Amino acid sequence: MIEIRIHGRGGQGSVVASKIFAEALFLEGKYVQAFPEFGTERRGAPVQAFVRCGETPILVRSNIYEPDHVIVLDASLIEMVNVVSGLKRSGFILINSDLGSGNYNFPEYRVALVDATKIAVRHKLGTPTTPIVNTVILGAFAKITNLVSFTSLEKAVRDYAPVKIDENVAAAKETYENVKI
Amino acid sequence: MKKLLMGNHTVSWGAMLARAQVIAAYPITPQTQIVEELATLCAEGKAKAQFIKVESEHSALASCIGASAAGARAFTATSSQGLALMHELLHWAAGARLPIVMANVNRAMAPGWNIWTEQTDSLAQRDTGWIQFYCENNQEILDSIIQAYKISETVSLPSMIVLDAFFLSHTTEPVEIPPQELVDKFLPPYKPQYKLDPKEPHAFGGLSSTEYYYELRYKIQKAMERAKEVIEETDEKFNQIFERKYGLIEEIETSDAEVILVTSSTITSTARFVTEQLRKTGKKIGLLKVRVFRPFPSSEIRDALSNCEKVAVIDRNISFGSGGIFASEIKSAIQKMGKQPVIFPFIAGLGGRDITVPQIEEMINYTFENAKPKEEILWRGLKYENI
Amino acid sequence: MKEKKIKFNKIGDLPYLTVSLGTTRVNLTGQWRSFRPVIDYQKCTRCMICWKFCPDVSVIKEPNSKKAAPSEKIAHLPAPVINYDFCKGCGICAEECPVKCIEMKPEKK
Repeated sequence: MIEIRIHGRGGQGSVVASKIFAEALFLEGKYVQAFPEFGTERRGAPVQAFVRCGETPILVRSNIYEPDHVIVLDASLIEMVNVVSGLKRSGFILINSDLGSGNYNFPEYRVALVDATKIAVRHKLGTPTTPIVNTVILGAFAKITNLVSFTSLEKAVRDYAPVKIDENVAAAKETYENVKI
Repeated sequence: MKKLLMGNHTVSWGAMLARAQVIAAYPITPQTQIVEELATLCAEGKAKAQFIKVESEHSALASCIGASAAGARAFTATSSQGLALMHELLHWAAGARLPIVMANVNRAMAPGWNIWTEQTDSLAQRDTGWIQFYCENNQEILDSIIQAYKISETVSLPSMIVLDAFFLSHTTEPVEIPPQELVDKFLPPYKPQYKLDPKEPHAFGGLSSTEYYYELRYKIQKAMERAKEVIEETDEKFNQIFERKYGLIEEIETSDAEVILVTSSTITSTARFVTEQLRKTGKKIGLLKVRVFRPFPSSEIRDALSNCEKVAVIDRNISFGSGGIFASEIKSAIQKMGKQPVIFPFIAGLGGRDITVPQIEEMINYTFENAKPKEEILWRGLKYENI
Repeated sequence: MKEKKIKFNKIGDLPYLTVSLGTTRVNLTGQWRSFRPVIDYQKCTRCMICWKFCPDVSVIKEPNSKKAAPSEKIAHLPAPVINYDFCKGCGICAEECPVKCIEMKPEKK
């Protein structure tokens, strides 16, 4: 069973990201469980969302403490939240960032970076001040973890994106093809 | 058709498939998505129901009582404070023998304000005459709502489908949605024996003096007892059409178990994983899921616990001045047994504090290692040392 | 006011009921804000409807105010002043202002 944790700020689409990724896994026949960290939410506050997936029905229903992978939608969270808490050594931490890897101090983990913000703005997702980065970063995540094919991810994005479906897909495809580890 | 659905939306789809005709509900975290999805389904024409906007949960249930009395299939949903606000009408709906179905999202009672899961809200209403189903996963929520209407309409008692806040209500997982035709085959339209009808006027719920009240209450208890058989028959019929069954309880590897763990709600799901792992190490551990709390399946539980020495019960609830409520009812039920197992009453997870795999393991190990519980209540997961 | 972190060691350290310990004055909940109300005192008639409607008690009456006033006639009246320490930017004041002199401006990060 694989456990994934997504860090974001309220309003950035962390929860939708968890559902899109769960849908993509589900389309490939996996058993999934997606849930948000439950709290009093407001825009801008740090939030977490989770995904569990496996080949057999998921029985465990407690919170996730030792994720296999972590996605960070907003790099400014790294100063205030321990985004690598419990992360397994073998897993990835994928950060939405326009800075180089030298700027992040995670020596024990495999760090992947993608400038999801720039790509989202270029594809006109959201607004220039609040771009929607969740679909974009999932493209990269799918590629580095190889957990789902792009075809499944595309279908899931098409199901969930309320507007600009093609732009979302194109942006996700761009990160899928261009992510650097 | 399998679909990824959040627990709350699963409730909405269940009410829609069961062809609820009147829906009256008031929003409360963590139930609001139930009502939002039902409103969307009604607006899209998929759910053919009348939606009554009300200003409180008390009015929500009052509206359902009126609708059900008029012969409509009524549905509502609430949680904690909302359920508490409905309290006098919970007694009413059962006393009036109305087959209303309600979804209650288990949430802790205030103060302090706590939106996370705890079973006390629904268990505190255990005396009101409502049938209560405690769900382990989203599929069970959907299936139980559909079953509940059939059961309630047969015994003329209302049903409460209970689901954990967030661990089910906001958790998205695959749910098999049956086609409407199949549900219609299983659940025909509601035909009450008596209903509000100007063409055939009756007066309902009037004065019942010491001459009549007692017998009417006796009949409610008898209906609850009959409900046990009806739940099992309905489950059987459901299984024939949909190939899924649940029962009053479920026993997992209990026949040769030395210790049996008794759980309910989502704790059962995590416990399945824990007991499966412990069995691999050779521990003779069994698991008993209690799905139906009212009517309390005493004889079924006695049979399930008849061969083991010790029983660990996890209660995510408390009756102040007493202890965990499932443990208390189990202790009563086992009175009739010749040789009674020792009960280890654990309380954990109040106010939504997580109940983890290691914690359940510890509770099981404690039970194996001790002849009897060292305290009246075995509190687990408290953050600080005792006073 | 300096805040001190309260640490609990035993359950006995917690209060017996749900109550905030110490003063809530140091918890400046205005930090939640995404938009802030800004009053244009040249237009403000000092009717105090914003003060009345604020659900948070974050509009204060400032007597003998030095704020600009549109006319001598009202300059003696107390002026409404937003308490940005606690104002959460709900916008009700702007909505209810009869002369629309309150603008909701985005908080700069």
